[in-house]
Amino acid sequence: MASAFTEEQIKRYSRHIILQQVGGKGQRKLLAGKVLLIGAGGLGSPAALYLAAAGVGTIGLVDYDTVDLSNLQRQILHRTADLGRPKIDSATDTIAALNPDVKVVPYPVRLSSENILDIIADYDVVVDGTDNFPTRYLVNDACVMKGKPNVHGSIFLFEGQATTFLPGRGCYRCLYPAPPPPGMVPSCQEAGVLGVLPGIVGSIQAVEAIKLILGIGDSLAGRLLLFDALSMEFRQLKIRRSPDCPVCGEHPTVTQLIDYEEFCGVPALVHSQEAEAAHGARH
Amino acid sequence: MAVQVRVTAVFQKFTKGAKTVKGQGQTIGQLVQDLERRYPGFAKQLLNPDGSLHQFVNIYLNDEDIRFLGNLDTPVSEGDVVSILPALSGGAAPLG
Repeated sequence: MASAFTEEQIKRYSRHIILQQVGGKGQRKLLAGKVLLIGAGGLGSPAALYLAAAGVGTIGLVDYDTVDLSNLQRQILHRTADLGRPKIDSATDTIAALNPDVKVVPYPVRLSSENILDIIADYDVVVDGTDNFPTRYLVNDACVMKGKPNVHGSIFLFEGQATTFLPGRGCYRCLYPAPPPPGMVPSCQEAGVLGVLPGIVGSIQAVEAIKLILGIGDSLAGRLLLFDALSMEFRQLKIRRSPDCPVCGEHPTVTQLIDYEEFCGVPALVHSQEAEAAHGARH
Repeated sequence: MAVQVRVTAVFQKFTKGAKTVKGQGQTIGQLVQDLERRYPGFAKQLLNPDGSLHQFVNIYLNDEDIRFLGNLDTPVSEGDVVSILPALSGGAAPLG
């Protein structure tokens, strides 16, 4: 049984509580909710801020990077004074300053097949805000294996994609069965991204996570939402669960987690500083 | 017949920056070959050497993935909109 709201909580969450679809019951669900954010960067920043403001009680953050000046154009969890600090630390401070109801669980680690299943085990929803394919496939496969909802977002230049993968209803590999070989997709090249773009896509991910916790509305499951900031258009394409999917299909061929190593010409495990130096801007 | 093809930013360098191009063909496969004639190098971004579609690129006829229709043999009709969508990478900090 959830404890009663404090007076401060009633005021803080009043605009939720008066919503018929949320109410006091829904707000208690949010306070008891646990969301894991993979990445405290462009997508994770707006997602974390809105989830924290909404009173999602436990927010797990996975990130081992430090704050760089080039991050601040879009990664709104971090401030100029945070330059050089671990993103986990500045994110924790920012969230604590916004809403003391929220418990932040930091994971300053590189995700791998060794640790991801343990990390995601305790969470209701996983929000994937990674910028690289090895981690994205790892998160996807782990979510399928653990039966966790996976809220996906990705961005490039002025365009973004978002969807939600629910257990039994398809996964990222149904959409893209295997990662591209190095160099085929300009994932690590210096490409740039409009700073506000992850704000839009990450906020959509936050909405999806909140709806899943509340059990209201229609998620993006089965739909790929496309956003083009230049033409200011939203479009939707259908996503189906693929019977041939290598991880969630009828005859899965991926039955163990894979640590993809070679991407963009650098091993994934040295992807951080070296990759940035070699390839310039990250997303 | 002419079909409208929408390409995402990743492929616009092959279409001289155009977001939407017109293509001719009875099927998706013919459409891709027509685009290759006008934008050399385009097909290589979509197809494996054996002519099949890359696993990290999806082609949609209107809002449906052609893998669930007839793949590259999927027929196209006047007025259809074809979208070509590669996996996007962007997100947060590299996590390895």
